[in-house]
Amino acid sequence: MARTHITAVVNGDETEFLAEDGTSLLNALRDEVGLTGAKEGCGTGDCGACSVMIDEKVTTSCLVFAPEVEGATILTVEGLADSGELHPLQQCFLEGAALQCGICTPGFLIAAKALLDKNPDPTETEIRYALAGNLCRCTGYDKIVRAVQEAAREMRGQ
Amino acid sequence: MKYIAPSSVEEATSLLSTSPSAQVFAGATDVVPQLRAGRSAPEVLVDLKKIEELVSMAKDDDKWTVGAATPTANLTEDEAFSGEFPGLSEAAGLIGSDQIQNRSSLGGNLCNGSPAADSVPAMVVNGARAVIAGPNGTRVLDVAEVVTGPGQTSLEADEFIVEFEIDRMPARSGDAYLRMIPRTEMDIAVVGAGARVTLAEDGSIEEAVVALGAVAPTVVRVPDAEAALVGNTADDETLSAVAEAASGVCNPIDDKRGTVAYRKQVAGVLAKRAVLIAIERAEQRNGSK
Ligand SMILES: Cc1cc2nc3c(=O)[nH]c(=O)nc-3n(C[C@H](O)[C@H](O)[C@H](O)COP(=O)(O)OP(=O)(O)OC[C@H]3O[C@@H](n4cnc5c(N)ncnc54)[C@H](O)[C@@H]3O)c2cc1C
Ligand code: FES
Ligand code: FES
Repeated sequence: MARTHITAVVNGDETEFLAEDGTSLLNALRDEVGLTGAKEGCGTGDCGACSVMIDEKVTTSCLVFAPEVEGATILTVEGLADSGELHPLQQCFLEGAALQCGICTPGFLIAAKALLDKNPDPTETEIRYALAGNLCRCTGYDKIVRAVQEAAREMRGQ
Repeated sequence: MKYIAPSSVEEATSLLSTSPSAQVFAGATDVVPQLRAGRSAPEVLVDLKKIEELVSMAKDDDKWTVGAATPTANLTEDEAFSGEFPGLSEAAGLIGSDQIQNRSSLGGNLCNGSPAADSVPAMVVNGARAVIAGPNGTRVLDVAEVVTGPGQTSLEADEFIVEFEIDRMPARSGDAYLRMIPRTEMDIAVVGAGARVTLAEDGSIEEAVVALGAVAPTVVRVPDAEAALVGNTADDETLSAVAEAASGVCNPIDDKRGTVAYRKQVAGVLAKRAVLIAIERAEQRNGSK
């Protein structure tokens, strides 16, 4: 397999890595860049555990070929906290017990961030639709939805 | 496997004619699961998203032009487009999650050849045309003629779709698409029904197109429903004729999502409902485009 040299801005830092052409962005992030936050739950776009933002759009990194992100800007869960301070979404997930095993959490946090970037005051229904591409086997979703509502309130300064 | 991202249509077609085992992709939301399942093994992956025409949307007085690799999220977010073609925009918006929507394309949805592809009945009722590039230039084919069977298209191996052309929505016209799935999100259509109508000045139906997905090896038109609608209004008798015709053209599979009898029944119900929504929208579009 051909190995391609890729340069992308990952979580604010210009990052260079090598990846085989058919490798998913998910595997490249985990194995080449060392960012293991995004998880592989299914590898087929169904579970959302691998969600990252590419040029400000949320997508499942298991369906992206690594060389596609040449020159792109990527945000993974590792880039959410700001100099050691958790993002309000992370804080609210923790305080609201919106996770149990935690496998789905990085994906939910990124998908929730993508929602709040576009819509700072979503309704419960909008939150549920925006998170429909993320599966959780543990929590039953309610606490996740409430954590997102709480974070949205905080981020709006209410 | 080698990844190549050509920057022009010409570069892509010449690449395809010289590499027999190349496969084009847009969002790869069908391609990756198929690679993983071992159902395809191309030597070269040709990324169409770096070609400008393929990821753009534009309109002129006559038509909309939508790049074949444009993420379907753009179709739902573009207010001018979704205002004019709410049915097509909603159909595109049903494809997967937000994560999928930022990648999935009309070209991929069509060329993957799934009978249940949500955007296809909606493109068909709107008379969408595919502009296809090949080594000898481009040709134009009705979207309804592209897919020939499950997973099969009439495109040659060195051809791909550059863009879709959709004529501007005339006055007093509207479109709609409905699908039935067991869940409320993230599932494959058991039945999909698209409709488009144009009303005459007196409010009767002047033109009608009805198309169904997921009930036959390809998307099918329902000519008897269309004939029943033209010249009439949506009274009970006409709507029962629409439903009966829709159930009649079904040649569905029996699977865990729905039995043959269930799919036929639902096809009738959805076709009726889609026609009613299209009429309502047509009534609201009394002015010009
Ligand atoms: C989790 C999940 C949920 C989904 N939900 C739905 C759903 O609800 N409804 C639905 O209809 N689909 C659904 N899909 C299927 C898929 O997302 C859609 O079919 C999508 O529109 C495919 O677009 P793409 O750009 O990703 O295609 P790709 O995977 O890039 O390509 C698909 C096929 O089309 C060919 N192709 C792509 N572009 C062109 C072109 N321009 N010219 C010629 N050939 C081309 C490719 O070679 C390939 O054979 C889902 C997929 C996933 C993973
Ligand atoms: S691992 Fe990517 S969606 Fe499940
Ligand atoms: S916390 Fe375990 S899958 Fe969501």
